Amino acid sequence: MNCCNQKPVMEMPSGERLCKSHFTEYFESKVFNTIRKFDLIGKEENLGVALSGGKDSLSVLNILNKLSIQNPKIKINAIAIDEGIAGYRDKTLEKASEFCDKNSIQLHIFSYKEEFGLTLDEMLKILKVKPCTICGIFRRYLLNKKSKELKLTKLATGHNLDDECQSILMNQMRNAVEASARLSPKTGITQNESLFVQRIKPLYLCTEKEVTAYAFLNGLLDNFCECPNAPQAFRANVRDMLNELEQKNPGTKYSIVNSFLQTLPFLKEKFKGGIINICLKCSEPAANEVCNACVYLEKLKISRELFKTELV
Amino acid sequence: MNKIKVNIFVDRNNLNKTLELDKNSIVSDLLKSLNINPVTVIVSRSNELILEDEKLKNNDEIKILSVISGG
Ligand code: SF4
Ligand SMILES: [Zn+2]
Ligand SMILES: [Zn+2]
Repeated sequence: MNCCNQKPVMEMPSGERLCKSHFTEYFESKVFNTIRKFDLIGKEENLGVALSGGKDSLSVLNILNKLSIQNPKIKINAIAIDEGIAGYRDKTLEKASEFCDKNSIQLHIFSYKEEFGLTLDEMLKILKVKPCTICGIFRRYLLNKKSKELKLTKLATGHNLDDECQSILMNQMRNAVEASARLSPKTGITQNESLFVQRIKPLYLCTEKEVTAYAFLNGLLDNFCECPNAPQAFRANVRDMLNELEQKNPGTKYSIVNSFLQTLPFLKEKFKGGIINICLKCSEPAANEVCNACVYLEKLKISRELFKTELV
Repeated sequence: MNKIKVNIFVDRNNLNKTLELDKNSIVSDLLKSLNINPVTVIVSRSNELILEDEKLKNNDEIKILSVISGG
């Protein structure tokens, strides 16, 4: 069934077919409903948006910027992390700054090189680790630290329904239920406001395909560009499996995430508490005496001295 | 003439080629012949999004864009 007499551009799992303007309207109201349903944004906020330059984070920024224009008490800042991945991040950051310039959004870029003395490419020459492990640790570390320095009240990320669905299943398959207790449309531990800036996921109920269509229709989709560091094979397998199921059974991803949301309060109750330490070296939150970022920085320092690694 | 020619671009593998398809082929036939799951892509013709049951025409310029994030 078509929404109107304009040419349809997207078909919903229900079979309804939407034209460009009705799809954009549907998508944006879905995001606003998600924000309301999970109480992601208050009346007055100094919001950060973690911007990678990819379609997900640009779509979030585009929509939150609209929200901010309608509600001047909601301020928007974009934060980008430049890990230092040649041929990849430089390209996506270009798209990010272009968008922020055009929309007069303040963009703060923090790089591994400046903050830690080494780019990710350089770190990977020194340490034999999975790229995504240290990349993720340092990115989360910087995002949290810089969000506090910028006095952000919340940090929005571009995580979509597919990302969440993959994480839920991966945790099940690894028997890592406690990790699932931390998945949610809004993460962060509210009792520790001074340590953590709360993360929110406004695209929580949007599929990756919907986000891509929205980005395409609104000029936010850039040329396809993939990180040269091998993506996690496990996640890729789960993603492919889910997409096969989704194709045979439209709506599977929604069902998985919706049933997860029903169990989430029980999971949160079961795993609540847990002591958070303050890193002895940098005062950021830590699971042990020293935070993961400081542990890896020390390892980098030692191997660098040990092997006198040339950084060319 | 029972065949049509379409020019396709698949962004994920940076693939450009011309395919010969049966006349009356639709987008999902094209995806099937390339072994691409429709859930993982959006498809455009001359920069307009088209749906899976859209009929393809001779000399169409088709882009198959991956919905998968790049990391
Ligand atoms: S794919 Fe891995 S290495 Fe590349 S940006 Fe993402 S987390 Fe970092
Ligand atoms: Zn319409
Ligand atoms: Zn530390």
